[in-house]
Amino acid sequence: MPQDVNADNLLEMAREFFQLLPHGRLLGIEVHRADAERVQTRLAYRDDLVGDPQGGHLHGGVITTLIDQTSGSAVLCRLGRLEAVATLDLRVDHLARARPGQAVVAEAECYRVTPNICFARCTVFPEGERARPVAASMSSFMRTGQVPGFVEGSR
Amino acid sequence: MSAEPIESRFRALQAAIEQWPYAALIGMQPLLHDEGLQFRLAYREELIGNPALPAIHGGVLGGFMELSAQAQILWEADCQLAALPRVVDFSIDYLRPGRPEDVMGDCRVWRQGQRVANIAVAAWQGDPDRIIATARGHFLMPEAGAVGAR
Repeated sequence: MPQDVNADNLLEMAREFFQLLPHGRLLGIEVHRADAERVQTRLAYRDDLVGDPQGGHLHGGVITTLIDQTSGSAVLCRLGRLEAVATLDLRVDHLARARPGQAVVAEAECYRVTPNICFARCTVFPEGERARPVAASMSSFMRTGQVPGFVEGSR
Repeated sequence: MSAEPIESRFRALQAAIEQWPYAALIGMQPLLHDEGLQFRLAYREELIGNPALPAIHGGVLGGFMELSAQAQILWEADCQLAALPRVVDFSIDYLRPGRPEDVMGDCRVWRQGQRVANIAVAAWQGDPDRIIATARGHFLMPEAGAVGAR
């Protein structure tokens, strides 16, 4: 299975994947951990990511983008390869807000894989405050079977 | 209660949105048509989330729709809110990949109460019938008092 990735290389694969995404780079999303069980990412606070200028809180759309990208890469890590997947449905509950200036961390897991669809969940919390989540999300992804940039192989 | 012409109400909305840093970052703007208010996400390369297709990042489509919903709530309140409506939950369905071109957004306010608003958004490209994503969400209205009396 030439296009499958060794477990040790999942972090490397996730980093490579993130470098391919211009919008993730615009926001500054970085991947910290990636294995078959979960992916952890981080987003540093920046003034231009703010929704409300008075409060100085990150906009919900920034959190949504962090969740979408983290959940999608959790799916890829669970599949063990850079298969193209498309978000079908993504719901975010905004439980609280991170304080202005705080970086946020997202942790996602793909908890169910079927031939066509993968299901993921994701939690976002301020860095160092895992017990105080700011967002929780459920999402589903459609598999395409296509592996961009990889030689046809495996199955 | 809005006796002011629609143009000055629209200028007030534009002025408010110009103060929202994330709206400026992604390039979201309001448009006024005969049929009402619309929103545009101006395409640029930094919005891409899938370079192979290429397709716009699903997250920024969600962010655009969420901003549009907030702006629509402000508009419905005659641009008289003290603060930005705060998102409670937001749920997005993706129907098609977002092509590398401008995205338009239409909002439908199902209910805007004193405390909570429920809004649906449709995002489309090229033709209003070619919807690429839909969303629905709840927003907390800013503290009572600032909200237009009724």
